[in-house]
Amino acid sequence: MQAFDYIAPKSVDEAISALAAGGEKARPLSGGTDLIAQLQEGRRGLETVVDVKRIPELMEISISADGLKLGAAVSCHTINANQAVRDAYPALIDSTHLIGGTQIQGRASIGGNLCNSSPAADAIPNLVVHNVSCHIAGPNGRRTVAVEDFCTGPGQNVLENGEFLVSLTFPKPPPNFGAAYLRFIPRNEMDIAVVGAGASVILSDDKETIQSARVSLGAVAPTPLLVQEAGDVLAGQPISEETLNKAADLAKAAARPINDMRGTIAQRKHLSGVLTQRALRIAIDRARGAKTVDELGRLNGHGE
Amino acid sequence: MANKTAVETTLNGEETTFLCEPRQTLLEALRDELGLIGSKEGCGNGNCGACNVLLDGVLVNSCLVLAPEIEGRSVVTIEGIAEDGELHPLQQKFLEHASLQCGICTPGFIVSSKALLDENPNPTEHDVRLWLAGNLCRCTGYDKIVRAVLDVAQNNA
Ligand SMILES: Cc1cc2nc3c(=O)[nH]c(=O)nc-3n(C[C@H](O)[C@H](O)[C@H](O)COP(=O)(O)OP(=O)(O)OC[C@H]3O[C@@H](n4cnc5c(N)ncnc54)[C@H](O)[C@@H]3O)c2cc1C
Ligand code: FES
Ligand code: FES
Repeated sequence: MQAFDYIAPKSVDEAISALAAGGEKARPLSGGTDLIAQLQEGRRGLETVVDVKRIPELMEISISADGLKLGAAVSCHTINANQAVRDAYPALIDSTHLIGGTQIQGRASIGGNLCNSSPAADAIPNLVVHNVSCHIAGPNGRRTVAVEDFCTGPGQNVLENGEFLVSLTFPKPPPNFGAAYLRFIPRNEMDIAVVGAGASVILSDDKETIQSARVSLGAVAPTPLLVQEAGDVLAGQPISEETLNKAADLAKAAARPINDMRGTIAQRKHLSGVLTQRALRIAIDRARGAKTVDELGRLNGHGE
Repeated sequence: MANKTAVETTLNGEETTFLCEPRQTLLEALRDELGLIGSKEGCGNGNCGACNVLLDGVLVNSCLVLAPEIEGRSVVTIEGIAEDGELHPLQQKFLEHASLQCGICTPGFIVSSKALLDENPNPTEHDVRLWLAGNLCRCTGYDKIVRAVLDVAQNNA
């Protein structure tokens, strides 16, 4: 590996100074499952690696009346072990079980997944359907960005030089809320999504009508997509094959995939519709009280 | 840049200090600086699991950890799995079930399996296969490995 300095600041302010001092040749290190692999390949001419895992705010995972505050560097393993989070944020848990294998989950963070900004990143559609806000710190102070506005292109995002992601906040799920994330890969484990789809719904009290919904797709455009129109078409509609099909068709239309070694445009378009439907169904089942991942997770490969 | 730094850590239960460059991975530090060559490099990029160790009890790929990151933390490698000169039950069952051929993947499988049984002493076959999905073996076809782990779990029950 190329030579670089390693700094492990203990506060957000120290990290800002270290990143500012290093300029374009400095980068934050969270779990390293993307960054260290990239450094091994010599893909980044870095001079400074700023390990953010010693900063308490980046390692925080706490649920309050407002919702979940998730430090940017918290590992999937830590999230998976938190029963309160498992119960409240099922689509998040779908993602944290899908990212890599067990040992990748021991290190990989949701913040790192977002900041790496791959179009196929498995965490991002779940963050979109959970309505997450991204809290950023930098030399000019703090700011907050809606997650659907965070990525700007493959590997690109809104972070300016010297800025880094501190935490993500997930609003408290309203009553009758359910969410899910699914991906298609050609084998059972350890692969990159050909297409990923996230969905969340809020149902009426009798659980027969969809009050509002959000749909998000991964790996079908330069950035993960919020498919606003697919959510809008479901608002106020009864739960039926027909309404779900309408949303699936809109998701299919919104997908702008490319041909590559993982899949063709036609296959990805088709999958966008199929996975949107399926993710919506799981989200609805969960909103109707199906145990979160612990019962329905098997649909997603984690569980028998 | 890149002067060697001293790292203090607990390695297989013992306080240890070693020198490394920030660009060295934990796997490189273990093998090249500390002489612990049980952890193997299969791929060097997180895909094969041959380098797996426990970091503060959590299973990680040591090829995707920078050596200075373990300052103040505790690391258990394959060398720390046997206790008091006695093979760990997993090591014993891997031998009994002939769960290895060339053996390069074995340290990683044993460390991963230990992490599984620490978290879930009674896994199903599916649990074992899912947990070990990030460990690759080109020789055994996995079945004998899974059987050895299930055999140890059986004795936990
Ligand atoms: C074998 C293997 C399998 C994988 N499988 C999957 C998979 O199934 N699905 C999937 O989506 N991904 C997968 N990945 C990719 C990777 O594990 C994930 O993207 C992971 O979530 C990255 O998180 P991290 O904490 O390791 O990030 P890091 O590698 O630490 O960082 C990733 C990027 O984000 C930047 N960064 C990190 N933290 C911050 C911060 N706080 N603020 C600003 N920038 C920051 C880094 O500089 C770097 O550019 C896999 C990787 C490997 C090696
Ligand atoms: S050498 Fe670390 S995963 Fe292959
Ligand atoms: S025994 Fe040879 S790779 Fe597993």
